[in-house]
Amino acid sequence: MSQVPADLRYTKDHEWVRLGPDGTAEIGITDHAQSALGDVTFVDLPKPGSKFSVGDTFGAVESVKAASDLYAPVTCEVIESNPELDGAPDLVNREPYAGAWMIRVRITDPATVAALLNAADYSATL
Amino acid sequence: MSEAPARTPLHPLHVELGARLVPFAGWEMPVQYTGIIEEHHAVRRAAGLFDVSHMGEARVRGDGALTLVERVMTNEMTSLRVGHARYSIMCQPDGGCVDDVIVYRLDDAEFLVCLNAANAAKDIAWLRTHAEGLDVEVVDECARWAQLALQGPCAEQILAKVADASLTPPRRFAFTTGKVAGESGCIVSRTGYTGAPGFEIYLPASSAMRAARALLEAGRPLGLLPAGLGARDSLRLEAGYPLYGHEISERISPIQAGLGWAVKFSKPDFVGREALRRQAEGGPPSSVIMFSLDDRRIARQGAAVYSGDLQVGEVLSGTQSPTVGKPIGTALVAAGHVADAALAVDIRGHRIPLSVAATPFVK
Repeated sequence: MSQVPADLRYTKDHEWVRLGPDGTAEIGITDHAQSALGDVTFVDLPKPGSKFSVGDTFGAVESVKAASDLYAPVTCEVIESNPELDGAPDLVNREPYAGAWMIRVRITDPATVAALLNAADYSATL
Repeated sequence: MSEAPARTPLHPLHVELGARLVPFAGWEMPVQYTGIIEEHHAVRRAAGLFDVSHMGEARVRGDGALTLVERVMTNEMTSLRVGHARYSIMCQPDGGCVDDVIVYRLDDAEFLVCLNAANAAKDIAWLRTHAEGLDVEVVDECARWAQLALQGPCAEQILAKVADASLTPPRRFAFTTGKVAGESGCIVSRTGYTGAPGFEIYLPASSAMRAARALLEAGRPLGLLPAGLGARDSLRLEAGYPLYGHEISERISPIQAGLGWAVKFSKPDFVGREALRRQAEGGPPSSVIMFSLDDRRIARQGAAVYSGDLQVGEVLSGTQSPTVGKPIGTALVAAGHVADAALAVDIRGHRIPLSVAATPFVK
């Protein structure tokens, strides 16, 4: 069974959001998602300052099997992309919730946070 | 296709080994066990054991058997000796591919044809259609056989642990028949779809579980891993082998796919001969190329290929090559642009230059 930490929020597209106290958030993909993708070889991430509305494609994860788009779980502006993932994309497989955060963002429409799922609701979709 | 996918005789073993099972060509097949890259490297460095029981088989026998296979195969079969196999394509009259197959000569008037899973029913119907008027029987043996592919530099050593030395086929595309791991009625063929040395083993379906366990046990100390369809795809792409529905199809002929060596115009007649000869002489409208990218993004099937601002083709297959450490792939490119210096592929809005590869990435 895949892990679903209780302190994160989720989307039905298998992204997680770690909400910060200051209106920022970290975004990554779930254990379920990395397991389904298999060996991740590259993560295509946006530049700082890029702006996305909820549901926009903000990047892609390449695995040996397929490329999978990443969708913005909230409306946001990118503060930074995780520099570690360029040299070690397999962090996504090894530490989906820790080392493999993908982007850190400033949430520009807080109302979009309300639609995120909690851990129990996300687990129920798996 | 809402029908539940079929299961191979090795399904319980896949479950036991923790495989990830996916639907493929009407079958529930393992795409990976431990990881595609690890399984890929195991085949290049030691060995991998694949369940390829989804592949189809047809037996062609009778006084007209040779006439039938010569009629439908692009490759030449009269000179094929008993105990040997040959790769061929079956073509439509317009030169498009019905399937690519391996033909085993079991006896003077008896052949076993190995078919792609997705095409097996179509192929058997095709063979029967062309058998009209001949004294020949086309027997559907898809359910009779399980198939294992034992591939890698240690394959021969592993086979020798579970079978008599006389069962090791002496050279590539030779085959033997006998007992594997005590299971009789097997065919051991020195063939494969990985670019690594190794064997494809046809077993009676009821023998498959015992034989697979014996091979895994014999091979584990040498580094053998069970390997899935994911690694099979990246291995075959590195080796430059076509996959039906990608590099060859009803719309891509063997001439376009660079398989002209398996099309023998010296034969007076076979289905598709005239169309293929016109392509071979006049040049086909488009050709399949192999490429690598100096990038981290992978060009997938359907990605557009450009020469300057002009779209001149599309990607047919693409993956990350574990052996060369780069994305590799194949593309269908319009005649006149195959040699363009500045071909590029569009991946999510990025134009990535293609490096055309003249030869496969392994061997």
